[in-house]
Amino acid sequence: MEFSLFLQYLFAGITYGIIYAIVAIGFNIIYNTTGIINFAQGEFLMLGGMISISLLQVMPLPLAIAAAVAITMVVGALIQMVFIRWIENPSVLRMVIITIGISILIREAALHIWGESVRTLPYFIGSSVTAVTLFGTRISPQVLIVIGTCSIMVLFLSIFFRYTSLGREMRACAANRRAATLCGINVKNMVTFSFMLSAGIGALAGAVMSPITYSQYDNGTGLAIKGFTVAILGGLGNSLAAVAAGLFLGIIEAFSITILPLAFQDAVAIAILLLILFIRPHGLFGSSEAARLKEF
Amino acid sequence: MGLRRRYLPLAGLLAAVIGVQLAASATNSTFYLTQLTMAAYYCLVIIGLCLLMGYAGQISLGHAGFFAIGGYLSAALTSHNFTAVSDTLLMRTLDRAGLLLHHQSLYGDSLLSLQPWLAFFIAIGVAVLIAFVLGIPVLKLKGHYLAMATLGFGIIIYRIVLAAEFFGEADGISEVPPFQLMPGLAVSGDFSARVQNYYIAWALLLFGLLLLLNLINSRMGRALRAIHGSEEAAEAIGINTARAKLYTFVISAAFAAVAGSLLTHFNGGIGPSEASVMKSVRYVAIVAVGGMANLWGAMAMGIILNFMSLRGMFGSYDDAVFGGVLLLIMLFAPQGILSLRLKNILWAKRPMTGK
Amino acid sequence: MNNMLKRTIVGIAAVGMLAVPCLQAAMADTIKIGAILAETGPSFLGVPEANTLRMLTEELNAKGGINNNRVELIIKDSAGDPEKAISFAKQLIEEEKVFAIIGPSTSGETMKIKKIAEETQTILFSCAAAEDIVNPVAKWVFKSPQMDSDAAKKIFIEMQKMKIGKIAVVTSNDGFGAAGGKQLQKIAPDFGIEILISEVYDKTATDLSALVAKLMANKEIQAVVNWSIVPAQSIIIKNIRQAGWKVPIFQSHGFGNIKFVQAAGEAAEGVIFPAGRLLVADSLPDNHIQKAVLVKYKKDYEEKYKEDVSTFGGHAYDAFVILTKAIEQGGTDKVKVRDALENLKDIVGTAGVFNFTAADHNGLSLDAFDMMTVKNGKFALYTN
Repeated sequence: MEFSLFLQYLFAGITYGIIYAIVAIGFNIIYNTTGIINFAQGEFLMLGGMISISLLQVMPLPLAIAAAVAITMVVGALIQMVFIRWIENPSVLRMVIITIGISILIREAALHIWGESVRTLPYFIGSSVTAVTLFGTRISPQVLIVIGTCSIMVLFLSIFFRYTSLGREMRACAANRRAATLCGINVKNMVTFSFMLSAGIGALAGAVMSPITYSQYDNGTGLAIKGFTVAILGGLGNSLAAVAAGLFLGIIEAFSITILPLAFQDAVAIAILLLILFIRPHGLFGSSEAARLKEF
Repeated sequence: MGLRRRYLPLAGLLAAVIGVQLAASATNSTFYLTQLTMAAYYCLVIIGLCLLMGYAGQISLGHAGFFAIGGYLSAALTSHNFTAVSDTLLMRTLDRAGLLLHHQSLYGDSLLSLQPWLAFFIAIGVAVLIAFVLGIPVLKLKGHYLAMATLGFGIIIYRIVLAAEFFGEADGISEVPPFQLMPGLAVSGDFSARVQNYYIAWALLLFGLLLLLNLINSRMGRALRAIHGSEEAAEAIGINTARAKLYTFVISAAFAAVAGSLLTHFNGGIGPSEASVMKSVRYVAIVAVGGMANLWGAMAMGIILNFMSLRGMFGSYDDAVFGGVLLLIMLFAPQGILSLRLKNILWAKRPMTGK
Repeated sequence: MNNMLKRTIVGIAAVGMLAVPCLQAAMADTIKIGAILAETGPSFLGVPEANTLRMLTEELNAKGGINNNRVELIIKDSAGDPEKAISFAKQLIEEEKVFAIIGPSTSGETMKIKKIAEETQTILFSCAAAEDIVNPVAKWVFKSPQMDSDAAKKIFIEMQKMKIGKIAVVTSNDGFGAAGGKQLQKIAPDFGIEILISEVYDKTATDLSALVAKLMANKEIQAVVNWSIVPAQSIIIKNIRQAGWKVPIFQSHGFGNIKFVQAAGEAAEGVIFPAGRLLVADSLPDNHIQKAVLVKYKKDYEEKYKEDVSTFGGHAYDAFVILTKAIEQGGTDKVKVRDALENLKDIVGTAGVFNFTAADHNGLSLDAFDMMTVKNGKFALYTN
């Protein structure tokens, strides 16, 4: 394989992978504070894209994206407060069904607000045909923006969870809810905050990738499934592992096309995931001991 | 649970099934039976899944996959034209044994396919085999990992039927012939055969219910409940948990495959939407709103929601209504729809069987 | 012991109540037309189709209906699911006793209910593109969109002019893409064109740069044909141009929706595709036979719904108008209307001029298509 061709596949794979990783990290943030998987995570990306496209008509691009992220964070907080906060000791399955219900409702609302047609943000730099040459291969600058934004988010999140007191409090909830409560941490607020945080990063990712992938009322579902796959592959709750798993899956998908028909790409990617799960039941980087302590 | 208590509701249901048919025939509105028949087949999937989720405590987000295996294999084997290979030894042997179907397409071309009975057994056999082989590693997984693995299985099946020419790609398979169960009794979508098809579907559903009710109240059922309570404890008292879980998984997969096969003959075709993730999610959600370990609740929800959806009662809001129902019931009646109506309002104080 | 029983009975009663027949007395002078369209779900085609049908029914009834019979339109949203289409078809035919059914929007659904239409002798006027719907001909089944094979021929004729002999074909994994892919494979040898690579992408695909890399690696490819109706068809042209690949891109008539052009931006410039003339209605010469029909439909639709007209709505328009014509001639007798349909000649529709015969239930010919291209973000007739 020529080197420039190899790079083309590689960059395609990294683009897919980093997007999957961001969705997976959204799953992980909420999972870490609550032990549940929020199946409406993909909808945050859709909202981020759709709202910023609508706002673009009245304000400049950076402002529109910022406002879309803020609005989506409010939506995330509202979802948690209306549907989740007041439930005492919910079973995991109940929460799964509730979040699936929420995701269906958001999607349907989006369908009736924005219609079924496809929309897109303009390319941040240049146009849809602009490309920069990197090691002899051409890449859209938007791809670099997506990769850059997502990497910065990952970096920001790891610093946040490690060095800020808020981040540490959230991690405490993840480690042991009761102990966290006894230490004076308001667990419920932390959960609300985790919803806001994952809604925010989801919305930002949704907005920056919109020029590449387009935005449509139903493109959250596919992303949620991929993100969930990646979160599981990496091991639930581990954000750095999610990045590794996301890149792994994305790059496999991109290169699989050189030997396999594209139509079977998903089937093959998932089959690999199943095999990995059979050998390592807690994901590539998850620890079986940590998983045993979780209820679900 | 006494025997009377177990069978009386079934007898009541049987009476209601007959009553609905008589009422429909008397008022010249047998067209309602079409959607009731389809709903009954979907319910067969749902009660099978209810056994797996509610009693054995194992989630499956891939049951549409088993439904699709049953439906697609039945459809492909009974409508694919094997004339080109009719000279092979295998086909000649099958033909001599009366297992081949000589029929005509809509345009009068002669087709050579498998007999629906043979296709049916192959389809169910394949589904059971896959469930068995898949179940051994998958059921070792827990919680979200189990959910992902079953979801993944569903996606693989969906991708295969969508990409394989043998399964008709995006268009699916059309013109599936009727399934002659015995002389005078066929699973087919003909308007003239509607009443008998209504009874075939409901008889099957009642039989399935009977089977599951007996199973739940057997040694196996008690073992399952023990597993649902605590797997370690169940293991400690000598229950072979892996085997019990595997059996339940295989049984529920078989239920889904049977439903898929027969509904496909009833509809005269099948498309990839039957294998989609959303279908699997729907099955799981209906079991949940029915009350998890509550066969009757799951069945009631299955009939009501499918019947209304198949009649197009909600128009473009079909998914929205479904999502709303899910959310409301899970928020305010986490024990399922029957707990809301009956436990709290009519028969207070009775502990639920559900968890 | 009674709890279970009572619970069961209440459950059954709930089901029973739903099944209580609500008698709907049909008005004596009403012609019911059913429509099964994918208004929601993965394919968005049903929305312009349903809008068009609603608009036309209103107009028609305001004018006094067909031969003074009011038309009642019953639209069912199938979301593109065949099993729903089957259920709705049975419901419309038996319960609503519709005179004819317009739709479904997708070929998979149409193929599933074809037999039901044949057996119940109900006119089915499909809005889906696949050739299989009317070839071989089924007595009661018609369709209004142009033939896939004609679109493929148009593309290949253009390729011959451009001296292109080796191509890549990419299609989406929905009914439209699959049917188109089949026709391209079938017809290519007749034109001496060789398909080097044929790939199918998912209808929800969000980035196809890996696929583009694979195509680009084959240096012999002289043109790419992309056949689909989903947004991914405009993503792939973006990916091709971003990669700096200057290959000629051909699309199918599924590209006839200005939103895809807007989404692809500059990358859409110069794409060549066959389409009905609705897209360039305003720039047609005044003496063009379709001009009046096209301009009126475009104006009416855009004024009423505040969105751009698309060729898919046009397919519903044609089905409705042709059906109305046939009912005018044949009255309320289904058999007579069907016979009238087979003898309709020179009906000017949005897709072209229809001439039906007993053997041709589509009625359009190769000249229904013109080659179009995109110039400055707008559709324009292609001239080379």
